[in-house]
Amino acid sequence: MALSHKESSPIFADAAVGTLRLIGYLALACVLMVLDHRNGWLHRARYTASVAVEPIYRLAAWPGQTAQNLRTAFTQRRDLIDDNNRLREALLLAQARLNRMGAVAAQNTRLKQLLDTRRMLGMDVQLARLIDVDLGPSRNRVMIDAGAREGVHVGQVVIDAHGVMGQVVEVLPHTCVALLITDANHSIPVVDERSGLRGIAHGSGVPDRLLVSDIPLSADVKVGDRISTSGLGGRFPAGFPVGTITKVGPDPSGMFAQASAEPAAALARSGEVLLLRDQPEQVGPPKEAPQVGPPVALASTPAQGAQKAAAHPATAAPNAVSQR
Amino acid sequence: MNRQRAQFWIFGGSLSLSLLLMLMPLPQSLAPLKPYWPALVLIYWSLEAPERTGIGLAFLVGLGADLLDGALLGEQALRLAALTFIVLRFRARLRFFPMWQQALAVLVLLFNDRILLLLVRLFAGDPMPPPTFWLAPLTGTLAWPFVFLLIDDVRSRLRAKETSG
Repeated sequence: MALSHKESSPIFADAAVGTLRLIGYLALACVLMVLDHRNGWLHRARYTASVAVEPIYRLAAWPGQTAQNLRTAFTQRRDLIDDNNRLREALLLAQARLNRMGAVAAQNTRLKQLLDTRRMLGMDVQLARLIDVDLGPSRNRVMIDAGAREGVHVGQVVIDAHGVMGQVVEVLPHTCVALLITDANHSIPVVDERSGLRGIAHGSGVPDRLLVSDIPLSADVKVGDRISTSGLGGRFPAGFPVGTITKVGPDPSGMFAQASAEPAAALARSGEVLLLRDQPEQVGPPKEAPQVGPPVALASTPAQGAQKAAAHPATAAPNAVSQR
Repeated sequence: MNRQRAQFWIFGGSLSLSLLLMLMPLPQSLAPLKPYWPALVLIYWSLEAPERTGIGLAFLVGLGADLLDGALLGEQALRLAALTFIVLRFRARLRFFPMWQQALAVLVLLFNDRILLLLVRLFAGDPMPPPTFWLAPLTGTLAWPFVFLLIDDVRSRLRAKETSG
């Protein structure tokens, strides 16, 4: 027994454990505490010793971690199923909400585009919604939720953010019916933006096709040309996009060329439309443009005669009488 | 020589284990009940092997504990040094107490330790701790017999092995 000789020492023989030493250590501890409190040494020391200290924390945390893992492993199957069901329901709900948000965001973009159009036009327009779409081979008409009480009258132009959609043909107290430009009974005077060639675009009855007929065979029309309203006839204001030429070829008689165009307006997709209001009635020749540029005497006159002639067929457009 | 080394390993191992237990995270509700393990182990070694321990060693263990615990450098050093001093001073009497009296003595020691801690905290400017602050000495007292018997058992087994082998 190595310890036996120690135990023979007298009861109060622990004088080696001097009070003085204790006081010394206590004072040292106090000094350390004060210095640490003032200077934050401990933090720095721990930072430096982190390589050694961090594994110790891991080791100390290990039993707790193991217990948790075990609990997870032995959780009852029923609890897990319950959890699973609850989470699945929550997921469904969240997805439904997300879809709704998506629809609202899309609507927001559309409305913003319309607003931009309105600002760009600087015209008095009225925002309305489509309530019924009747796109078929015979009738390309839409019903709009604004009527006589809202100030709508026959002949008003309907546009969306991308281009001309059609015109109002029938007005009820709170709704109106608009004829789309693709209706077989509709015609709209257009101009080729690139070459300036004028023509009439008839509806084809198919919601994504317009026909520009009676083009001279030698005329300058190419696939990809954009056509817009010419303003002739006084019904549609000039400069609104109507469509893009997709095909050019001779017509059945072989004497004229015929072009197909894709409407610029999203006829099958738009949910909100704009009704152009208060178009000044253009009766008779248009007012003379204010004088800018060179004197009148220098300007050539023959163009005016040709314009008059071309305007004549377009006057049939307001009541949408077929040209064929 | 071999035996010395084994004894040393038990000594060092028990101290390191006590530090690890001190760091071991517990659920929030059980945290105030965590006994002050380094104190218990140091009391044991001061009672059983005073030639190994001393105020200096207690101070060093306390510094290590501070470094790990991260409260205030020197706090536990001060507490453990004071504790070891008291145990060494009354060692001869404490050793021959029956177990329940020894446990009571440990309770008093741990309470004294808590009071020291409270003083240090108050000096450092901390607010008054909650009432659960005083529960740890009680659980420490309950744990004491087990600590004592466990380390004693390990040592006696080793000794038996040494003498037989």
